[in-house]
Amino acid sequence: MRHLLSTLDLDADAATELLDTAAKLKATLLGREVRKLPTLRGRTVVTMFYESSTRTRVSFEVAGKWMSADVINVSAGGSSVGKGESLRDTALTLAAAGADCVVVRHPASGAAQRLAHWLSDNGTAVVNAGDGMHEHPTQALLDAATLRERLGELAGRRVGIVGDVLHSRVARSNVHLLRTLGAEVVLVAPPTLLPAGVDDWNVPVSYELDPELPALDAVMMLRVQAERMHGGFFPSAREYSIAYGLNEARLRMLPEHAVVLHPGPMLRGMEIASAVADSPRAAITQQVSNGVHVRMAVLYHLLAAGAEETRTKETV
Amino acid sequence: MAPRPRGGATEPAAEHELLSAGDVARTVARMAHQVIEKTALDAGRQEPAVVLLGIPTRGTPLARRLATRIAEFSGVQVPTGAVDITLYRDDLRRRPARPLESTRLPDGGIDDCLVVLVDDVLFSGRTVRAALDALRDLGRPRAVQLAVLVDRGHRELPIRADYVGKNIPTARTEEVAVLLSEIDGDDRVVLRRPAKEEA
Amino acid sequence: MTSPLLIKGARPYGEGAPIDLLVRDGVVAAMGADVSAADATGAEVLAADGLVALPGFVDLHTHLREPGREDTETIATGSAAAALGGYTAVFAMANTDPVADNAVVVEHVWRRGREVGLVDVHPVGAVTVGLRGEKLAELGTMARSAAGVRMFSDDGLCVFDPLIMRRALEYTRALGGVVAQHAEEPRLTVGAQAHEGEVAARLGLTGWPAVAEESIVARDCLLAQHVGARLHVCHVSTAGTADVLRWARNRPAGVAGRMAEAVVSAEVTPHHLLLTDERLTDYDPVNKVNPPLRTGGDAEALRRALAEGVIDCVATDHAPHAVQDKDCEWAAARPGMLGLQTALSIVVRTMVETGLLDWRGVARVMSERPAEIAGLPDQGRPIAVGEPANLVLVDPDARWTVRGAELASIAANTPYEGMELPARVVGTVFHGRPTSWDGKVRH
Repeated sequence: MRHLLSTLDLDADAATELLDTAAKLKATLLGREVRKLPTLRGRTVVTMFYESSTRTRVSFEVAGKWMSADVINVSAGGSSVGKGESLRDTALTLAAAGADCVVVRHPASGAAQRLAHWLSDNGTAVVNAGDGMHEHPTQALLDAATLRERLGELAGRRVGIVGDVLHSRVARSNVHLLRTLGAEVVLVAPPTLLPAGVDDWNVPVSYELDPELPALDAVMMLRVQAERMHGGFFPSAREYSIAYGLNEARLRMLPEHAVVLHPGPMLRGMEIASAVADSPRAAITQQVSNGVHVRMAVLYHLLAAGAEETRTKETV
Repeated sequence: MAPRPRGGATEPAAEHELLSAGDVARTVARMAHQVIEKTALDAGRQEPAVVLLGIPTRGTPLARRLATRIAEFSGVQVPTGAVDITLYRDDLRRRPARPLESTRLPDGGIDDCLVVLVDDVLFSGRTVRAALDALRDLGRPRAVQLAVLVDRGHRELPIRADYVGKNIPTARTEEVAVLLSEIDGDDRVVLRRPAKEEA
Repeated sequence: MTSPLLIKGARPYGEGAPIDLLVRDGVVAAMGADVSAADATGAEVLAADGLVALPGFVDLHTHLREPGREDTETIATGSAAAALGGYTAVFAMANTDPVADNAVVVEHVWRRGREVGLVDVHPVGAVTVGLRGEKLAELGTMARSAAGVRMFSDDGLCVFDPLIMRRALEYTRALGGVVAQHAEEPRLTVGAQAHEGEVAARLGLTGWPAVAEESIVARDCLLAQHVGARLHVCHVSTAGTADVLRWARNRPAGVAGRMAEAVVSAEVTPHHLLLTDERLTDYDPVNKVNPPLRTGGDAEALRRALAEGVIDCVATDHAPHAVQDKDCEWAAARPGMLGLQTALSIVVRTMVETGLLDWRGVARVMSERPAEIAGLPDQGRPIAVGEPANLVLVDPDARWTVRGAELASIAANTPYEGMELPARVVGTVFHGRPTSWDGKVRH
């Protein structure tokens, strides 16, 4: 693994290995007073966030620091990024300054992949921390890690992804990863919030939430962004909430063992009722803590390993 | 990706048995006696508590075997565990990413215990150094000792074992492989000579 | 006066035995057996053995970027690319800076084209002031200027207001002009980045739906037929648009207001004939273009429509862009790709190699029909004695590999980089004078 750009890049073995590593790291750190491993000493991780996201940025930063990497945060506001420097130039500058890994969040779909292309000569690893409406692979990994903890193996499990699939990078990464791990995915959304090409994803799609709930092992509620509410994708927040919000009545329609996930930040009362979010069925804080371990696992696999090419040269 | 054979091999590596299954069993038994003697283990005494921590992969079952023998010979149940050193290795970047092994401590932890690290082969000493670093993050043992089934020499660090099953002089290019039934199906220790290089 | 030219051994339209053509004073003076040794005395000889002779190509849709973005293309470099691509006339789109929405700018473009002298450069006038779609530009003044503008377009932007479009169509009737529409319903393409479909859904790119093009084309066909005007549809990109055009052309006469006087024509770009949105998966903006690359089914339908004549001609939509506007993240990149020097090869690959067109068909879609649509009397003419000598000589068997850096344009944004393509323009004769030969421009 040279970069982590999309969950499509992970086959079942690679995904399982990452999840196993995350689980081992979690067990290793459990109950420790000093959560510090020397594994990535001397390696530099730069987080480059062109969109604000405290949750994801902090999670990567903690993951890097717990493994003793030097973590440097570049945010769009406080650097040359704000002065109009191109993404390419910024990335090349950071690589030249010695970044071993760039973690990037960008509003443009494909930005992480372009970055990986520009940095292909530098040996700098790129981790996609969310690119536009495309993907957010570490979010999908932490969701899978959480589901594994709650449900065991994911093969044969049925997961509903509910809400703004059209604009959601979380949904895309999860659809790919869950299917790779053998789970069934069903998308639930009004037609206006489903991508036009969704028929070709070979994923069942439903416009109604209630009939799906009894068969789900997990339900993943997507955030409804404020701009969508004013974008004419549905008549009103109220109507959306009535049709697709996960309230207590709907929680009771889920099987006893079913897990409720939300990538955050939540809009309580909109897509998820407060009582549901705070119920023991919800794994929302567990998702956050797994986020750190999953990101540690990703950094471990990207940075605590020699390149395949190097190894070939050494052994031949 | 499967590991490539070292050197452009043209003939299979030569292999020769150093210890048979019987030898392995006798060696472990002897080491158990040594541990009992050196740590003054006695069924009647409480202190000091001894913990055997295996270094995965093959140190873990070795630690369990040692504990079984110690219980047989002394009547003392010595707690065992495992300490994975992968995250503490100093050669991570020379190899593709390694899967992590389990770290498992006895319920009472290791604080103030006499920890005996158990591994199959002692070679450069780097694994033991990593294990010592890992121990530092896991607790504060009263003392740490080292038990190895085979010491093959070529140390790169000032480290020596307290209990050695068998000293085997080797060439640096040779490989000592300890096979254990829990993992490999049978017990054996073999010496593998590198295949002849192509001219 | 230029010296006479003797083109030896070419096959007009790839038909019959090789013949010689004698060109003198800008016209074909003699052909085949009529070329006597005495007439050819002192003529420059172009060895054209085995080459196919076609009428010089006419591109209804070129962005020459001058004035405004001379760092990406100038009228000089664009003319050179045109000459190397086999073109003898190009239409320079109005979305320059300043916009070609007045006589001053169009006359400047026209004059620069004449000075360079490699190809007839016909400026396209903007339909609306500043391409803003709000107020008609001075179409009559541009028509009556030295540039003699007859084609008007806000290309890059759609004349979306139906009333403005109706007025533009009506008004240009008096000028003998044609309105070339960039058909894109702007409300349906807010933030659009890629063809709305499976690939865009997977890549998380906002969709540019086919219906945004088709609905405008349908509306404009109805408007043109209502007012009896000439409408030209730029860069048709969807199967549905081909259907709409087929329907519009087959409407019974008299069904709409001034239907008998209306003329609807359409162009397709080489890239929409060959490339599909499957190329987008690496997010390389060299593949970003407007309208976007569509599906394989669309490309297939466009080829058939072109062969059938439902789509009249091929136009390049040659759009040079600077490196910094292309080597960036997808959403920030500007749409467009180079086309002048690769158009013939792409047409051969998609239309000739597939058996959809013969060389006469190539002459029709790349020269004759565009010349008719634009009303050019001296372009797209038959290869015959007495006709203007605007010719292109093509090696049908050549194979060449595209290198953006080697193309004549300043910009290098070709989507065909590294691709081996069939057929090569060996020479271009422009009003009786060679403007390119064997890959080199001749001034």
